[in-house]
Amino acid sequence: MSILVIAEHDNSSLKQATQSVVTAAKAIGGDVDVLVAGAGCGAVAEAAAKIEGVNKVLVADNAAYGHFLAENLSELVAEAGKGYSHILAAAGTTGKDFMPRVAALLDVAQVSDIIRVESADTFVRPIYAGNAIATVKSSDSIKVITVRPTGFDAAPAEGGSAAVEALDIVKDAGLSSFVGEEKAVSDRPDLASAGIVISGGRGMQNGDNFKMLEQVADVLGAAVGASRAAVDAGFVPNDMQVGQTGKIVAPQLYIAVGISGAIQHLAGMSDSKVIVAINKDEEAPIFQVADYGLVADLFEAVPQLEEELKKVV
Amino acid sequence: MKVLVAVKRVIDYNVKVRVKPDNTGVDLANVKMAMNPFCEIAVEEAVRLKEKGVASEIVVVSIGPKAAQEQIRTALALGADRGIHIETDEEVQSLEAAKLLKSVVEKEEPKLVILGKQSIDSDNNQTGQMLAALTGMGQGTFASEVVVDGDKVNVTREVDGGLMTVALNLPAVVTTDLRLNEPRYASLPNIMKAKKKPLESISPADLGIEIAPRLSTLKVEAPAARQAGIKVADVAELVDKLKNEAKVI
Ligand SMILES: Cc1cc2nc3c(=O)[nH]c(=O)nc-3n(C[C@H](O)[C@H](O)[C@H](O)COP(=O)(O)OP(=O)(O)OC[C@H]3O[C@@H](n4cnc5c(N)ncnc54)[C@H](O)[C@@H]3O)c2cc1C
Ligand SMILES: Nc1ncnc2c1ncn2[C@@H]1O[C@H](COP(=O)(O)O)[C@@H](O)[C@H]1O
Repeated sequence: MSILVIAEHDNSSLKQATQSVVTAAKAIGGDVDVLVAGAGCGAVAEAAAKIEGVNKVLVADNAAYGHFLAENLSELVAEAGKGYSHILAAAGTTGKDFMPRVAALLDVAQVSDIIRVESADTFVRPIYAGNAIATVKSSDSIKVITVRPTGFDAAPAEGGSAAVEALDIVKDAGLSSFVGEEKAVSDRPDLASAGIVISGGRGMQNGDNFKMLEQVADVLGAAVGASRAAVDAGFVPNDMQVGQTGKIVAPQLYIAVGISGAIQHLAGMSDSKVIVAINKDEEAPIFQVADYGLVADLFEAVPQLEEELKKVV
Repeated sequence: MKVLVAVKRVIDYNVKVRVKPDNTGVDLANVKMAMNPFCEIAVEEAVRLKEKGVASEIVVVSIGPKAAQEQIRTALALGADRGIHIETDEEVQSLEAAKLLKSVVEKEEPKLVILGKQSIDSDNNQTGQMLAALTGMGQGTFASEVVVDGDKVNVTREVDGGLMTVALNLPAVVTTDLRLNEPRYASLPNIMKAKKKPLESISPADLGIEIAPRLSTLKVEAPAARQAGIKVADVAELVDKLKNEAKVI
């Protein structure tokens, strides 16, 4: 068996999710190679080569891959992946975009968002917003899989010394082009991999009030997330949405503020180690999953929380 | 231009899902079913394109049991012009769905195909991308804005870091995200009118496609339940617990 992991990165740095995917690949067994496709992504390839347990790094460095357009990436991966038994990528928005395309080009199914490896052909994945956990077996010759990073520990970033090989496959499908992007810039940790997350919901009332959460986040070194209702209402940008159809997080500590706890939200955070809920409605479903619940008006509780935390951390 | 919309019949998103005691799946007996929420957004987008004069005809297609015609009728009541039902009682996985949709695309030759980004039952998030690959089209997944411009479509996508806009040659595939639009409700007169709109029913065999699932589900279990914890009296107690009991700060 040999496994090809497609690195997730932004051309300058490797995303930690890739290390979790390497761990999933190791659980399957066999040689683990990493493909870094991008433009000017040499530093990423160097970083990938250092991940413990990586056998070889393939680099496809070409303008055609610079914006990770699925049409181009999928053709590359379908060709580069042919000799492998498994092709894995993180289930972020990039992996979700190009991997099903790879699967279709190879005429195989995709197993989405796995959280556990049972064997080389059997995987565990949540369905119905995490209300059911399915064990599925694939009969395909090449297994195309997206991996939920929170399901697997990150493989150590150091300790490997894989060879880096250039891959001279240029695929430009000519179907799509990059127009522009609006990237949220933040000094806070990445939501998907932060150790502490504080999220706000509709109860926050407006975007300005999220500053209260940001101040707590700054004390704790936390990331800030949101419910769908808060994003839909325009309080905060879409990339902050936690849930079934947003980001999946599993931090050590998750603090839900003014969030009712709909199943679609729980699907994105219920694997957090410790959950805190602050809500003025003591019947709110979020309290059914919270380790520590505080029934209070958030506009009083959150500033107090900031003050109390400053005393102890 | 013609727009094709794929809609899936799924369990209503408000239903509390229960795993069957024999662990073969989830209990769908006597459960409320509905159109997948992302498909509602897809239908709404097509209707808005028609209202803007960009789309000339909206064809809606669903693959599934006889009852899936209810979801097609709903789409017709919302403004789609005609329906195609690919009837099967078998489980249809994303790759097969994409192959069936591909043959509909070949026959109908739409300029734009709109799907939901994800079914809320399988949580697969695959079919649109697979359809795009099989038909050789570009794809704008997780769309929050769709602007048709001549022979191209600009799609703004909700991605992990924020938003990204791509330009695609038409024909193209778009999959919808939550912020693309807010679907309307069907009015009673439109529900009545929808009953008279054409709805063709065909089988996978008519399209020359055999349903042969590659994935088999060995078991379905309930997730590990989280124990509800305790209520704290005030913020001071909360911080004390986090520091000294849970030791997470
Ligand atoms: C297809 C689909 C996908 C979805 N995906 C997601 C997803 O990925 N993520 C997600 O989060 N949701 C998702 N949802 C939406 C989900 O169903 C809920 O509507 C949403 O999570 C509700 O957000 P909320 O808890 O912020 O708002 P509400 O349910 O309105 O809750 C607000 C809470 O704030 C509390 N509150 C109000 N004022 C105060 C105050 N002053 N002090 C303290 N508490 C206060 C209230 O008591 C209430 O509990 C999805 C829905 C669908 C149909
Ligand atoms: N059986 C089906 N019938 C019609 N459309 C479907 C079907 N299955 C999937 N789709 C479409 O593909 C989208 C994504 O589904 P999935 O890949 O299963 O998450 C859905 O929102 C639908 O638009």
